[in-house]
Amino acid sequence: MNARVAANAGVGTNAGDSAIDVLLRVADLQVEFGARAVLRDVTFDLYAGETLGLVGESGSGKSTLARAILRLIRSSKGSVVWRGRDLLACEPAALRPLRRDLQIVFQDPLASLNPRMTVGETIAEPLRIFESALNAQARRDRVGGMLERVGLAADMIGRYPHEFSGGQCQRIGIARAMILGPKLLICDEPVSSLDVSIQGQIVNLLLDLQRDVGTAMLFISHNLAVIRHVSHRILVMYSGRLVEIAARDALFEMPAHPYTRALLAAVPAAPGAAEPIAGPLLRAEPAASPAGADFGCAFRDRCAYAVGICGTTLPPLEEVAAGHWVACHRSREFTASPPPPKD
Amino acid sequence: MAPILSIDDLTVSFSQPDRSISAVRQVSLAVAARECVAVVGESGSGKTQIFMAAMGLLEGNATAQGSVRFEGSEILGAQAPQLNRIRGSKLTMVFQDPMTSLTPHLKIGIQLAEVLVCHTGRSWSEARIAARRMLERVRVPDPARRLNQYPHELSGGLRQRVTIGMSLLCEPLLVIADEPTTALDVTVQAQIIDLLRAMREEVGMALVLISHDLGVVAGLADRILVMYAGRIVESADSAELFRDPRHPYTGALLKCIPTLSGPSLARLPTLPGQPPQPEDSLDGCAFAPRCPRAAERCRTERPLLREAGNAGDRGSNGIESGSSAIENGGARRVACHFPLSP
Repeated sequence: MNARVAANAGVGTNAGDSAIDVLLRVADLQVEFGARAVLRDVTFDLYAGETLGLVGESGSGKSTLARAILRLIRSSKGSVVWRGRDLLACEPAALRPLRRDLQIVFQDPLASLNPRMTVGETIAEPLRIFESALNAQARRDRVGGMLERVGLAADMIGRYPHEFSGGQCQRIGIARAMILGPKLLICDEPVSSLDVSIQGQIVNLLLDLQRDVGTAMLFISHNLAVIRHVSHRILVMYSGRLVEIAARDALFEMPAHPYTRALLAAVPAAPGAAEPIAGPLLRAEPAASPAGADFGCAFRDRCAYAVGICGTTLPPLEEVAAGHWVACHRSREFTASPPPPKD
Repeated sequence: MAPILSIDDLTVSFSQPDRSISAVRQVSLAVAARECVAVVGESGSGKTQIFMAAMGLLEGNATAQGSVRFEGSEILGAQAPQLNRIRGSKLTMVFQDPMTSLTPHLKIGIQLAEVLVCHTGRSWSEARIAARRMLERVRVPDPARRLNQYPHELSGGLRQRVTIGMSLLCEPLLVIADEPTTALDVTVQAQIIDLLRAMREEVGMALVLISHDLGVVAGLADRILVMYAGRIVESADSAELFRDPRHPYTGALLKCIPTLSGPSLARLPTLPGQPPQPEDSLDGCAFAPRCPRAAERCRTERPLLREAGNAGDRGSNGIESGSSAIENGGARRVACHFPLSP
């Protein structure tokens, strides 16, 4: 572990909660596409059994982070320590057995299933790889049981993905990810392509499976209401960096980064619902390509509260309250009362 | 006052090699001047196809039956020359994805000015000045520079501002916006909703908002039509619909939307089952298989869209005729044998 990682090791953790089992410790993670860094200095811990929500707009690096953790894409810097082992430093052969505990559910349920494999073959594949001692009948029983567990009929085992609706395909993707009882499930926008009447079914299924199996989840979504519903703690990303980390209630009751405040205010409220946060929040729309801001805060051009220092100095992620981390020069003013916006 | 757009008994069917499926079934609706009507439904409910039929934009294997009148003239099945006098000038459309609805190889200024040159016969230089003014009106920063840029140089939110500006160039009577914010991030979505609200006040056009998201339309629509399986199942004043839904589907849909208040880490309310496929034959109510209130009658007899609260005695033809909808200020209608009580 290098000095930088050690210095950052406390970031995003619950101070004084050392008894909680840290499952995944991401430190200083950086991903570059060509010359451009799309993920920078990402550091956080994920505890066993918890759901960590990850929210941010398109292009903020949410999916890149998910893929970098699973080593589906190459990281240029940093470490992903899984139960004491750095996944980024593992030899491929050493990584493979660890993968049974690290599973992912993708956004597009149909595209993430092989159209030429039956549902049974798809869900059985993890068993073939990791529990090769099982005989065919035992495997079939496990798959049938898993199908029923996710709300499908066991006799659908011989059907192909195109015979199912989007919501059903997502159930199949969840069955494939959960059949080995993984310790971490990464859900990358698992309900975003589904109709609202189906979204709740899938969210409930994930919550039930988590309760039964004790799986920790990294739950990625751009929908704050869904994130609030499933998460214990929440990470907010902007332009490739973490800008706020907080327990769910702290984030919704006392959002400390101006971007988080803007996100909360932008959720359309049904008539009769409580008024969202008042006051000016955004000054402009995001640039077509976010500036390669190596100095200063990437949000400053849109921020109604930006001051001189925001253009010159990168705000570090600082703890403003126990377990509540924010990267904003003015965050301490927000946690007291909102400062007056700069004209 | 006569409605701007009135649709009567519209059915849209798609012929496939082995069968014909109906995406829209006997839909009637009317939009009055300056009114904002939202059409809400899940994917496959037929909400978009109603207006593709009205605009003459249906796919080649689709047929539309019924009537679509714009300013009193029949436009369903009209030939392209007649439609083109209206489309893009008095009746315009904003699509979901602003990248694919703008031409990638033409500068923004040319695409905007072209609308005015074609429809109003203005010169290119005059049209360009008007285009720049429109960009200012839709709050595009630095409009003179934007005129010389290509669509890919703009962010998604700015591109949608450009297409909204384009839809307003010829002072339309009606703009149809099909999921105008669905492709955008939530902070940008809020800004586009604010823009549409401001444009309604400044330009005074009528607006049809097609959306799958009741939350998005809540703050904008005067009236909401809820669609299920190709039919309108409820029509109500926007605030009333949220306060007091009458159709069990509307009620369930409202409960399903996760909110920023209420309990968390609890199970979300859900709607069991799946929406019917377009090819399913539907003798009774299409929602009956998923409806907790369904009785035998619901499976055999299709409920008509009637005035709510007076089941059976008023609106007996069960069709929302354009004129009565306007006279009643958009009376409540529901297609259910056993509607929820107020």
